[in-house]
Amino acid sequence: MNRIARAWDSDIAWSFRHSPVAVVAAVVSLGMILAAILAPWIAPHDPFNPASLNLMDGFTPPGQPNAFTGNSYLLGTDDQGRDILSTILYGTRISLFVGLSAVLFAMVLGISLGLLAGWKGGWVDSLLMRIADVQLTFPAILIALLIFGVARGFIPPGSREQMAIWVLIISIGLSEWVNYARVVRGAAMVEKNKEYVQAARVIGVHPVRIVARHILPNVMGPVLVIATIGLALAIIAEATLSFLGVGVPATQPSLGTMIRIGQKFLFSGEWWILLFPALTLLALALSVNLLGDWLRDALNPRLR
Amino acid sequence: MAEPLLQVQGLGRRFDISRPWLNRVLERQDRQFLTAVADVDFTINRGETYALVGESGSGKSTIAKMVVGLLPPTSGRIVFDGQVMAGTEGASMRALRRRFQMIFQDPFASLNPRWRVGEIIAEPIHRFGLLRGSAVTNRVGELLETVGLSAQDAEKYPHEFSGGQRQRIAIARALSSKPEFIVCDEPTSALDVSVQAQILNLMRDLQDELGLTYLFISHDLSVVRHMANRIGVLYLGRLVEEAEGKALFRAAHHPYTRMLLDAVPDLALSGRRRQPVEGEIPNPIDPPPGCSFHPRCPLVMDRCRTGTPPVIATQTGRAACHALTLAADV
Amino acid sequence: MSAPLLSVRDLIVEFPTRRGTLRALDGLSFDIAPGEVLGMVGESGAGKSLTGAAIIGLLEPPGRIAGGEIRLRSERIDTLSPDAMRRIRGKRIGMVFQDPLTSLNPLYTVARQLTETIRTHAPVSEAEARKRAVALLDRVGIPAAARRIDDYPHHFSGGMRQRVVIALALCAEPELVIADEPTTALDVSVQAQIIDLIKEICAERGASVLLITHDMGVIAETADRVAVLYAGRLAEIGPVREVITNAAHPYTRGLMGSIPTLTQETDRLVQIPGAMPRLTAIPQGCAFNPRCREVMDRCRTDRPEALTTGEGRQVACWLHADDAQEAARG
Repeated sequence: MNRIARAWDSDIAWSFRHSPVAVVAAVVSLGMILAAILAPWIAPHDPFNPASLNLMDGFTPPGQPNAFTGNSYLLGTDDQGRDILSTILYGTRISLFVGLSAVLFAMVLGISLGLLAGWKGGWVDSLLMRIADVQLTFPAILIALLIFGVARGFIPPGSREQMAIWVLIISIGLSEWVNYARVVRGAAMVEKNKEYVQAARVIGVHPVRIVARHILPNVMGPVLVIATIGLALAIIAEATLSFLGVGVPATQPSLGTMIRIGQKFLFSGEWWILLFPALTLLALALSVNLLGDWLRDALNPRLR
Repeated sequence: MAEPLLQVQGLGRRFDISRPWLNRVLERQDRQFLTAVADVDFTINRGETYALVGESGSGKSTIAKMVVGLLPPTSGRIVFDGQVMAGTEGASMRALRRRFQMIFQDPFASLNPRWRVGEIIAEPIHRFGLLRGSAVTNRVGELLETVGLSAQDAEKYPHEFSGGQRQRIAIARALSSKPEFIVCDEPTSALDVSVQAQILNLMRDLQDELGLTYLFISHDLSVVRHMANRIGVLYLGRLVEEAEGKALFRAAHHPYTRMLLDAVPDLALSGRRRQPVEGEIPNPIDPPPGCSFHPRCPLVMDRCRTGTPPVIATQTGRAACHALTLAADV
Repeated sequence: MSAPLLSVRDLIVEFPTRRGTLRALDGLSFDIAPGEVLGMVGESGAGKSLTGAAIIGLLEPPGRIAGGEIRLRSERIDTLSPDAMRRIRGKRIGMVFQDPLTSLNPLYTVARQLTETIRTHAPVSEAEARKRAVALLDRVGIPAAARRIDDYPHHFSGGMRQRVVIALALCAEPELVIADEPTTALDVSVQAQIIDLIKEICAERGASVLLITHDMGVIAETADRVAVLYAGRLAEIGPVREVITNAAHPYTRGLMGSIPTLTQETDRLVQIPGAMPRLTAIPQGCAFNPRCREVMDRCRTDRPEALTTGEGRQVACWLHADDAQEAARG
């Protein structure tokens, strides 16, 4: 049996094939990720090219020709005359980029600190876990806001626009690392007392190597679950921050920015400017979250 | 002739089981210690199997861990082939580590589930830089065949094997650094009896072929009798009796040893009369004063309640019991 | 022979999995007479614990009884509703498990658990139930029972906890006690005490016992008859002394030979080659045939019935086809 056949036959693949929710969620998330990656090629318009924008096209309702120009857009246009569909494609791209980067950052930080705390124990563990406890008493979004605010203070005003997206990633990442650290620490404490780790210690394998080669691969299961659910959380956190106006700059609108812009027009009748980005965000966060839920159940031996 | 390979002298280990500092301060508690091993001496000669037998809390696994360097002793010393084992690093320690290995109790926990069997067995080879390249693969195949598996099994993962097969893999890993001395910590107590027989036979064959020396830790007296040349009986961290293998079963001197022997189910249905076993093992955090066996001992005297019994020689080895000392004095 | 208390006929337990249905018990039949202790041995995966679970209606889903019948005093209990079964559990069938903590609720005192069980099954006042509970704890050997009854399970040592579980299993005066590896988690010296206790107290109350264990020694000490399981099928059943000293099935013979004892001198333990088959790959004919030293052509194609070779003695092996005919004629 080759690798692909074996993977297809594995328990996890079987559980996936037999879970319609997981399949639909995977198809939706993959479709959106693909669409986001391919945005520059598949988007009907380039919403960031001022030359192609025509203010006269503003507020075109979805599927109807514009009263002045006669141009028609599938999902309508916003106040600047930007095509909503294209903006959503580009916005999803930014939301996903920020979400994935933030998760990656939180994962690396959380896993490292979790392994350190779990392996070392003692005061190192106490210190790290007390920090984690304190951080957990505040809502993640508040932490992200705080870090974002502090970080902006250190950046010269000229480069704030370019740096904004990275500051955002770090803020969200720092607000989420605790989840990874706690789970990894718990799993590492269990694994380090197992006999296969003792067998490596008997022959004097270096602790760093034991942690990296023996313990890390055995704690990755639960980490993947948190990472998937964490991605949904990070996307929402990004949207929330952008909605509050502290996220990505308006020149690079993410889904959150679009929702912020759209809500200004909700009561003047231009509902589509808010509705379509909001639905996109909902679909993205929901499908990733459902995928995470399924993964958690599939990896839980007690539920099998 | 009898050349000592491992000497354990006055070995002791205390564990700090105090509550965290803040709790101690708030609850006005003192530090608490558990003496897992106290003042244990024994010598293992090259090529023999020395067994340590005892129930839970006897300190047998703690001794095993100290011997292989997983735990530092709080007192006493361990001498391996004339070299005092101290510290965990350094070139001399590294050279020493290659010469001893360990086999664990639970074959489901002793193999990393994410590693292929070949990688598991090769880890000690890589660690000590014994071989390189395709020579490693060949050696792994050879080892797998030595323990009764096939060279192709190197490609598989541990979950594809039964408990007995996994224990064979663990033995192959232990052999891969060509050790002289193997500490076996309850190597068959997680296995079914028919599998146990296979593993015990394998371990004896390997000993004959490779001239191995075993420290064999077990709670099962019948297994110990089958495997050991000499036996040390532990009770609450102290060596209460040591004797030549079969002699211990003919003439046990310490009352605890006798009690243990009486507790073994009589499979031969010989109908031998046995003294009913009394009481349970006390909590090792707060062991009884004097001889720690005295609350359960049929021969208890006043002095047992106050003084630790001295070790005296018996016809078959040595034992630590006031009643025996008294009999010897008379 | 009097009417059996428990009668199991052609019991089949299946586990539907995604790779097809696994048959974990395949056509198991045996009786337990009133007051009898029936031992059930087998290696892990042989189906001994499943038998116990099937009888008390506690098979873990997706496992299910796919055939056969179970009768308690000639009343079918395998087809009862979960509610009716719940009333039988505890009242007519008591249970003792390996880990005392699975039978005891850590949040309630021993007093509460015992009196509640007594009052569920008998119309007595709180005070009367408590009096009975104290008497029972005293009987199972808990010192200062009247005081300790108000303790929580974690206040007791392992051995004492198992005594509490025995008291709990017996407090509704059941006709049958199913003990699944009751001594496996205990130290040797405590194990002997618990075996004696189960034996005595059930004899005293006239309760029958199904004693499930992997330890032949425990069976030898306790049981009247023993059933040997292999791969979900009955290999042999008969009086303990006969099965131990004169095993009829080649598997039982191998099993007995593989156990090291305190009395016999053996250099090598008897080794049954190979391992018990997985449920996914049970061989055709006799399940033991690939490992059997005395295998015949017939064994590879026809599955042996349980042949009656003597009083209360059955063997599922073609070697005994002639003996069985003789027994039928004589």
